[in-house]
Amino acid sequence: MLTSFRFEQGPRVSDALLEVENLRKSYADRLVLDEVDLTVSSGDVICLIGSSGSGKSTLLRCLDLLEEIDDGVITFEGREVSDPRVDRRAVRGRMGMVFQAYNLFPHLSVLDNVTLAPRKVHGVARAEAEERARELLTRFGLAEHVTSHPDRLSGGQQQRVALVRALATRPALLLLDEITAALDPELVADVLDSVRSLAAEGTTMVLATHEMHFARDVATSVCFLEQGRILEQGPPSQIFTEPREERTRQFLRRVLPA
Amino acid sequence: MDRRSLLVASVAMALVFGVLVLGATLSPGWETVQATFFDWGHARDSFPAIRDGFWLNVKMFLIAEPVILVLALAVALARQARAPWLVPLRVVAVIYTDLFRGVPTILLVVLFAFGMPALGLQGVPLDPFFWALVALVLSYGAYVAEVFRAGIESIHPSQVASAQALGLSRGQAMRHVVVPQAVRRVVPPLLNDFVSLQKDTALVSSVAIFDAMFAARDYANYNFNYTPLVVVAAFFVAMTVPLARFTDWLQRRYAERERAGAVR
Repeated sequence: MLTSFRFEQGPRVSDALLEVENLRKSYADRLVLDEVDLTVSSGDVICLIGSSGSGKSTLLRCLDLLEEIDDGVITFEGREVSDPRVDRRAVRGRMGMVFQAYNLFPHLSVLDNVTLAPRKVHGVARAEAEERARELLTRFGLAEHVTSHPDRLSGGQQQRVALVRALATRPALLLLDEITAALDPELVADVLDSVRSLAAEGTTMVLATHEMHFARDVATSVCFLEQGRILEQGPPSQIFTEPREERTRQFLRRVLPA
Repeated sequence: MDRRSLLVASVAMALVFGVLVLGATLSPGWETVQATFFDWGHARDSFPAIRDGFWLNVKMFLIAEPVILVLALAVALARQARAPWLVPLRVVAVIYTDLFRGVPTILLVVLFAFGMPALGLQGVPLDPFFWALVALVLSYGAYVAEVFRAGIESIHPSQVASAQALGLSRGQAMRHVVVPQAVRRVVPPLLNDFVSLQKDTALVSSVAIFDAMFAARDYANYNFNYTPLVVVAAFFVAMTVPLARFTDWLQRRYAERERAGAVR
């Protein structure tokens, strides 16, 4: 069972939770990620910003080992996970991912959506998994929807269920892929508040977002991606007020109306 | 419907069916047709034998259906397998569906029911009923496997991605995420194939198995009257209609539970 899974083999490469070195990824002859370096330490909230097609989503999918990478090294919890011999399932079991389109399982109730991975992947007993699920669902204001099916909920509620589903396995790292992009404006706030409260308690996250105000508030570090490269990285106070790169300035001028 | 629509609908129904009935009964040969196909006396006389034979059709159908479901799902999953060491399984699955979907069912029934016992192999059953059943299972297994495969392929890849992101293996993603959704989606075409199977159990009459069809033909050949065929038809209709209504009900229940407001 994966609950007892620990990365004990191999030398510890660094103290960072996740380290990406010189990552390269292409689809056919189109380079989508190039020379990407990224370090995520425990408690970090890293926001990836940049226009559509800049590689934010692909980067997150590569981190979760959902995509094959062409070159580079990804180290997670002290172990090189980009090695093809690594058990990808075990790595994914330690990360939580939330998608833009929720991707909940429509045939399962909210509770079963949340308990599926703990029970089937981590070998948690049903009663225990359900107890934790109910706790989390209550915390995110979903207590009354436990037995509903996902399609009965609003977009914001569905996305919060997806967030709870990702948290249910107690992941070491949470990856959020533009999780408010598909929501009506008035529903964005309640999902962002949930993420904000997770950040406040020290959850380590990497998130792609178009919500600049949110990034400015919660990020410990902001990465601006442009054509598959991290063009600029820095604390939000610097990126949003005095960006080093002209391209970053142009991008922020476009998305942050004065 | 309001009263006006109700009236229009009633008049239209009466008109259409009136014309159809009149068209048949006023045709010059109606009396001969009625005597040959719709004779009450012959219907009554042939009824017991047909009823007894029909029990055999029902039995075949009840045995074949679960076996077909299991076989077809296994074949569909084999065709989805991606692991390199499962390639032989995939090839076998593809050949099986191509072959058994291509051969007319009646030929399969004859080939199996007469051919298999003729092999003279030890331990191979001699009962033509058994082999006719095997032929139906293999033929319909190939059709239903394709229905399942279509269902599995209709599930969006993002569902698999999200299962994998949770740490589920490909097999677990299939078992817990893809197949349950696929099965719900293919219930109507599945029912269609089963109605078809119910009717095709009549094909076993071609290998001298005393089912409803055989009983009817027996009676018809002896008495020079085809009314028993109409009686058999009525039996088959009586069996398939409730199944269709049951499936509709099942579908609606899933829809009400899982799809918000998309029911009406």
